[in-house]
Amino acid sequence: MDFNQSADENLFDHARIIGKPHTRVDGALKVTGTAPYAYERHDVADNPLVGYPLGSSIAKGRITRMDATAARNADGVAAVITALDIDELPRAKSNVAKLFGGDMVEHYHQAIAVVVADTLEQARAATSLIEVEYEEIPGEFDLDDAWKRLQDRDVVSHVGDVDAAFDSAEVTLDETYHTASQSHAMMEPHATIADWTDGKNMTLWTSNQMIKWTRKALATTFELDPANIRLESPYIGGGFGGKLWLRADAVLAALGSRETGRPVKVALPRSFIFNNATHRSGTVQRLRIAAGKDGRITAFDHSAISHTLPGGSGEDAVNQTRCFYAGENRRVAHHAIDMNLPESADMRAPGEASGLAVLEIAMDEMAEKLGMDPVEFRILNDTQVNPEEPSKRYSDRHFVECLRKGAEVFNWSERNTTPGGKREGQWLIGQGMAGAYRGAPTMDSGARVRLSEGRLIVETDMTDIGTGSYTIIAQTAAETMGLEMDDVEVRLGNSAFPAASGSGGQMGAASSTAGVYAACVALQGEIAKCLGVESARFESGQVVTDDKRVALRDVAPNEELVGEDTLHFGDFKDELEIGTFAAHFVEVAVHAYTGETRLRRTLSVVDAGRILNPVTARSQVIGGMTMATGAALTESLNIDSRRGYFTNHDLAGYEIAVHADIPEQEVIFLDTQDGASTPLKAKGVGELGICGGAAAVANAMYNATGIRLRDYPMTLDRMLDRLPDA
Amino acid sequence: MTSTTTFEKHRDSATTRSAVALSINGQRHELELDNRTTLLDTLREHLKLTGSKKGCDLGQCGACTVYINGERVNSCLTLAVMHQDDEITTIEGVGDVEHMDPMQQAFVDNDAFQCGYCTPGQICSAKATLDEIRAGIPSHVTQELNGPIEISDEEIRERMSGNLCRCGAYANILKAINQVANDQTARERS
Repeated sequence: MDFNQSADENLFDHARIIGKPHTRVDGALKVTGTAPYAYERHDVADNPLVGYPLGSSIAKGRITRMDATAARNADGVAAVITALDIDELPRAKSNVAKLFGGDMVEHYHQAIAVVVADTLEQARAATSLIEVEYEEIPGEFDLDDAWKRLQDRDVVSHVGDVDAAFDSAEVTLDETYHTASQSHAMMEPHATIADWTDGKNMTLWTSNQMIKWTRKALATTFELDPANIRLESPYIGGGFGGKLWLRADAVLAALGSRETGRPVKVALPRSFIFNNATHRSGTVQRLRIAAGKDGRITAFDHSAISHTLPGGSGEDAVNQTRCFYAGENRRVAHHAIDMNLPESADMRAPGEASGLAVLEIAMDEMAEKLGMDPVEFRILNDTQVNPEEPSKRYSDRHFVECLRKGAEVFNWSERNTTPGGKREGQWLIGQGMAGAYRGAPTMDSGARVRLSEGRLIVETDMTDIGTGSYTIIAQTAAETMGLEMDDVEVRLGNSAFPAASGSGGQMGAASSTAGVYAACVALQGEIAKCLGVESARFESGQVVTDDKRVALRDVAPNEELVGEDTLHFGDFKDELEIGTFAAHFVEVAVHAYTGETRLRRTLSVVDAGRILNPVTARSQVIGGMTMATGAALTESLNIDSRRGYFTNHDLAGYEIAVHADIPEQEVIFLDTQDGASTPLKAKGVGELGICGGAAAVANAMYNATGIRLRDYPMTLDRMLDRLPDA
Repeated sequence: MTSTTTFEKHRDSATTRSAVALSINGQRHELELDNRTTLLDTLREHLKLTGSKKGCDLGQCGACTVYINGERVNSCLTLAVMHQDDEITTIEGVGDVEHMDPMQQAFVDNDAFQCGYCTPGQICSAKATLDEIRAGIPSHVTQELNGPIEISDEEIRERMSGNLCRCGAYANILKAINQVANDQTARERS
């Protein structure tokens, strides 16, 4: 099915199931511990061997010697494969650092060996018996140093005359900010069971967000025909971008299986999530804003740097500044600095999460300079077109409504406007807000639906990483086919199924449901053909034509009817800006003497097209807000700038938000539909919560204390010397 | 050299493995295990009870929470051979798809999870949290140490903070626990 123009009124505007609250169809499996995650597939591989990785203990250099004799002779060990045993494996485009093989070391904890043994205990113990000698090469690990050295500006885009606009501006802001490197820290470590026992056909039971991409990456890495590779990833214990790509767990399990002729399973140890797997790069950002006394922004000038291994793209923190607010003159520059830390790559809202964390503090600072309310300042500078390219209009943008609704519900007008001016006992109370923007991309998405005995099975390689894909796909199919939720079974995450968007860039929900809709329409065509009619309606489990009603189970008794299609998104979308918007409001209490910051309540008002299921969508938004809270207050991968690695590589040292950190979180969805997005008029919402959320916390902290912090995470040591005297 | 020899001797001897009998979800299991095997790996690998999850293997995330003799424990932090004759209950013993525990149902009702990986541990801790409050066991946030402890949001959040959820379902988990607590209180009163 081609989607070549904006959707008109259609069945989803009169929906029975889509858009209605529905608990997760996979809920019972998850709460009883019976949803099978990758490492747990005793059903597919009985008694597999266990692989345990060894990581490099240097950040950059060359391995000069490895001796695995003792490891090979250790109890239960079936095989040891070292990096010196095989040539460097070819890299898929999506991998910046090599995953295995060869003597060069590109980052700390790069995999340099895998021990395969009967049990985890044996494999783990034997890795410690491998002797490694290195020739170390000094590396670059300090982003601030790189920022200071930076001479030229790689301007990404420049519209108007920014320098002239600043020269003539009545009010200007010019500040420098830092965001920290962050780990996805998903609860399930990367894990794979590999069966490559014949060295030809490879089957992986893995934990991966992107089946099609990863199959392709495996084909490149192992020089195989993709047709010989099968992947299953039906349940994924969190991803957040960390499981978009082929990683070491899958590669080491596959190598181990080929070597031993047995299925092998590998889960990355927790420490490997931080230094072997990918992370979000920290940034240094300079942001300048110019405005007239009337509050209208005349210019933005935003430049940022982040780190990457050579060949990668880092964290592009300036992108949203090009299009979020009005202003005739705008310039952004981004530099990805080659450094020798582990591989930086996509993490939930790559770019925008870091960029809005800064832009939305700067907007708060600018509003204060102008003597304006921060909500009103944003409303004044709203735009309905892309300010870089005014002929390109936003397909459906209700940011102002988000701001107004949020201010009303949060009781914003009652807030104390004097920073540091409200105190309850030992606590300073503050309120802050921020705007949020994130693009609404879609990707061609396919599915197959099979109707038999009145029951429908949906098959697509789409994944559910906690996002609710199982549920919204069941809703889409039931809605389209006139069935009930109980009549539909959804099967996901299998390379044998038609390729969908996968889960990334908050495009999964919108894209994959559109693909399922297309497949259902194809099935409807098959059903009509069976009945010898041109068209039919599907309702109450029946096919309805002009002269008859036939139960779906009676259309083709004892036969399975199949519909398969891919929804192709047309070029007309390129003429539009399609985005999602939100306004976040936060209240905090900051301890007047210790600087301890506690959130008291949060509110997010969201404009993201049709909300397919308010239950799962709300969870996405509060989850994003929770991650933003960690980003604001605690999360930072701390760099040992001498040895070049992240020192706090466990969940005690890398502090994500816990129960005690999270207060009541309210979410309001505006009732919007964006026909330019998909036939369901839906857009993604999975990343919007983390966009701007950290800045809302930061702005509330400023309102509470009068201390403006510009460096994340905003830990108490950064403000201790400026708090009131005890 | 002496120490290496001693180490080698012990490594090869029968002392590296032990017999242990555990009662798991009411069923007795007699196992012979590598002494290094954690209770968590015993459950997941040897008994194929994979409901208890391994998030960190370091006692930092709580995904592996089970009950040992009625108390919640991070099963990754204890060796199976230390639990001869202990009564262990895992999420599989809490309830199954056909017979869910009220806490499991409350998690579904309140969308108190997303990816589901921390969920069995959260549910085990959630039940234990209510039990511990009712038993009068104080927490860091308990103000009054003499007398009964009130079930409050603050108490629940504090006692649940050893169970991490990266998807950020905390606010919904709190609702689920309150739902069960309120139902229990209502039943007691009626």
